[in-house]
Amino acid sequence: MSPQPLELVIAAIVAWLAIGTLGLIRPRRFRFITRVLFPAGSAVGLALGIVAFMVLAQSPHLSVEETILPLGLPDLPFHLRLDPLSAFFLLLLGATGTAISLYSSGYFRPSEGTAPGLICFQYHAFLAAMALVLVADDAYVFMVAWESMALASFFLVITEHRIPEIRRAGFLYLLIAHVGAIAILLCFGTLQGGSGDYTFATMRSLHMTGVWPSVAFFLALFGFGAKAGLLPLHIWLPEAHPAAPSPVSALMSGVMLKTAIYGILRVTFDLMDGQLWWWGVAALALGLATALFGVIFAAAQSDMKRLLAYSSIENIGIIVAGIGLTILFKSYGKTLLAAITLTAVLYHALNHAFFKSLLFLATGSVLHATNERSLGKLGGLIHRMPWVAWVALVGVLACAGLPPLNGFVSEWLLLQAFLFTPSLPQSFVNMLVPVAAAALVLAVALSAYVMVKFYGVIFLGRPREANLAYAKDAGKFERVGLLWLTLGCIVLGIFPVNVIALIDPINTMLVGSTAISAGNSNWLLLAPINADRSSYSPLIMLVVILAVVLLTLQVVHRHYHGRVRRAPAWDCGFPAQTPRMQDTAEGFGQPVRTVFEPFFRIERHLPSPSDNAPMYFVKADDHFWSWFYVPIARGAEVLARLVGYIQQGRISVYLAYSFFTLLALLFLVR
Amino acid sequence: MTVAGFLSQLLQLAIALLLAPLLVGWVNKCRAWLSNKTAPSILLPYRMIRKLFGKDAVVADNASPIFRLTPYIVFGAMCCAAAIVPSLATDLPFAQAADAIALVGLFALARVFMALAAMDIGTSFGSLGARREMFVGFLAEPALLMVLFTASLISGSTSLPTIVDTLAHRDLAIYPSIAFAGVAFTMVSLAENARVPVDNPATHLELTMIHEAMLLEYSARHLALLEWAAALKLFNYSCIGLALFFPFGIVVSGTDWLALLGAAPALIAKLLVGGFALALIETLSAKMRIFRAPEFLGTAFMLAVLAMLVNLLLGA
Repeated sequence: MSPQPLELVIAAIVAWLAIGTLGLIRPRRFRFITRVLFPAGSAVGLALGIVAFMVLAQSPHLSVEETILPLGLPDLPFHLRLDPLSAFFLLLLGATGTAISLYSSGYFRPSEGTAPGLICFQYHAFLAAMALVLVADDAYVFMVAWESMALASFFLVITEHRIPEIRRAGFLYLLIAHVGAIAILLCFGTLQGGSGDYTFATMRSLHMTGVWPSVAFFLALFGFGAKAGLLPLHIWLPEAHPAAPSPVSALMSGVMLKTAIYGILRVTFDLMDGQLWWWGVAALALGLATALFGVIFAAAQSDMKRLLAYSSIENIGIIVAGIGLTILFKSYGKTLLAAITLTAVLYHALNHAFFKSLLFLATGSVLHATNERSLGKLGGLIHRMPWVAWVALVGVLACAGLPPLNGFVSEWLLLQAFLFTPSLPQSFVNMLVPVAAAALVLAVALSAYVMVKFYGVIFLGRPREANLAYAKDAGKFERVGLLWLTLGCIVLGIFPVNVIALIDPINTMLVGSTAISAGNSNWLLLAPINADRSSYSPLIMLVVILAVVLLTLQVVHRHYHGRVRRAPAWDCGFPAQTPRMQDTAEGFGQPVRTVFEPFFRIERHLPSPSDNAPMYFVKADDHFWSWFYVPIARGAEVLARLVGYIQQGRISVYLAYSFFTLLALLFLVR
Repeated sequence: MTVAGFLSQLLQLAIALLLAPLLVGWVNKCRAWLSNKTAPSILLPYRMIRKLFGKDAVVADNASPIFRLTPYIVFGAMCCAAAIVPSLATDLPFAQAADAIALVGLFALARVFMALAAMDIGTSFGSLGARREMFVGFLAEPALLMVLFTASLISGSTSLPTIVDTLAHRDLAIYPSIAFAGVAFTMVSLAENARVPVDNPATHLELTMIHEAMLLEYSARHLALLEWAAALKLFNYSCIGLALFFPFGIVVSGTDWLALLGAAPALIAKLLVGGFALALIETLSAKMRIFRAPEFLGTAFMLAVLAMLVNLLLGA
């Protein structure tokens, strides 16, 4: 008898843990760890991806598989379950994890802080915990896996723990992760509705009334939002991503943020039996605010990994906005439209996993080649690192949401969904939608700006520092990992209908309708409702563009000559051109900073005319620090000081406290 | 896919390729007339492109393949766009592959490659042009999509041929939503095509140029292709505008394909009027500071949102 998919998933989790443990046994055997263990982890990822793919591809009907493992506390066994939603996110984890593990084989160097064997353990425990989160079927095992994931990733973030800023970033991440975890715990507490049974099966069967469903939803949005990077809990992302090694950033941004999306979807659509329309409006507004905020800040960054971290915030915002729209449609019973929106959400999650991992890994290669994270000291790397530059170009175009790559497909679907909104019965919501659609479009257009800045400053132009001339291209393992993700971006962009066919079982499960059979799409043409209404075929578009390009090349070179002469760039008659005259990263972001000035907390220092050593600096900060976090921190300090007053340090005073407490209790509890 | 559809598709692409430089020539002629100058020949853009194709390409020392590939990609994207926009007929088989949103995506693709190529050489002009182009781009793109959304809401479709079919079959009247959208679209087109209030196609003054700054390093066949692509872009925008707001004379689906013979003169007549209007706007307005562009395009955007709201409220 062939093993069941769920058993294979459990086997993959165990295999990852085993690989990690092997690393622990010989923590300093560097070659063994990078050449054997990480590739083995990558193979496990590939196997997991294939299993998840098969589950999705072979399940026209709902395929749900459950099992109970005799692990954990007495009377609290592990409930596990594999359904299409889990399988989709496992596919995402497996497919990107394969590439990131392969890349890691070539990435980690002996000198990086934590011992390689320990990194290997943390890394594979992180992967295993994420997989366990996705198959958990009771709140207990979910929280265990969720916390293991947070801890493993925390230790990975502080790989270079000798640097104080990195430790600070790690603690910030840990703090926000735990604030989120508390909210998730409370959310499950609400969902079990006093039954005392924390299995998801019980939560599914319960019907909550009154204010409780809303409480549960917003706790989930807050708790998972902390992990995903929703406003105002986004602040850990731009700190933790630059601190972490690049493959870890890729894994965190590409996959871990998606487990939070998984959590929101699981709680909202699976564990709760009804949704209210105004949750949708709230999620939509929060998502769009996050998206705009993220992209505007991304435009102002000059550290390449911070820039990508803010861009991740933007993409999470877009995904949450999509979830909001799905809730809106579902609550009004428009299941077909809800299915289309949910498809866009899941598609974008998958796309983001691929292109953002790709870009983070590319920054890793740049970092290794140049030791430089600041955009202001890079430039012209396309000549030194052509491999990384070309794969990063694909990632950049995908991230900018340009056809015919994958980022465009999900944005196209989401915009289509926005256009369907006028069929909702509530005119207030209908009025809101143009504004929402506009905000989404603005975020997407701005992300193109950000990506041009990212790519142009790092890879194009002239090198801004002399030592960039010695930059070396990525190694073998790194290239394979990068190439895998690049191909993923292209395939997901060119064959949207096949991808949506994989997503459709989830649509059936969560919103009760399929997105694809409703339209008359075939493998070539994506048409959500019908071809008259809207259709898109990236393959035809790509073929036409390529045909025109090749034809033009042919015609031009045949009828005219193909001669090229190399000469110095035109210098306007001013020969002293230096690479420093190119736009800096700050310069490139300046228009955005000027237009969206209220978004930033800007500190400017202008020199006075009599300064002997004139200095000019501008600092663009996040308002949330000063408006949200600093007051909370001050409040905590004040509270601590007040509590401090009753701490006298004399035994007689403490005895008096006990006495008065006793008196009060006697008075109250008679 | 019918034979007639295929023919009209090819015919339309050919007409776009051939007429686009003529439109630029006509606009330049009108501009010269309006400012009391001796007008250049209307055929000047063709001669220019022919001359450029014959020259040796000079490429900067540190140019990467992106620099040399960009003219072809931009040209390809504009040809692709020309195949989607219904200028003569709405029976366009290729238009199924890309709707209005994909069209905006195509324009964005061309813009991103232009900006990347401009940054490739590493001169201060190039990155200045790239930065400003992307700046204008992210301001203009939402407004453009809002205009297209208004039209899609009216017709219940984002496919351009279907939109034009619907709009062409309506009674002849002034619809407030379409009027707002039309003004917004005009403003966006001016910005996107590097026209006067936002950019000046005739300038080489570093403080003011956007589009030209990105082309500075290009020569010969690359420049020819980019000039041609810019002409195609203007042609495409004009055709979108004409198709959305003046859809008369376009062969809508269901009519005899011989009507194509009548559609071509109608298109040329509309383009002549449109080109003159463009030259008039350009002559009457002054180039604005780059940081006034957000106001200008913000106005366009608000008008487009207003058009959408009016359409939702009044249903017209």
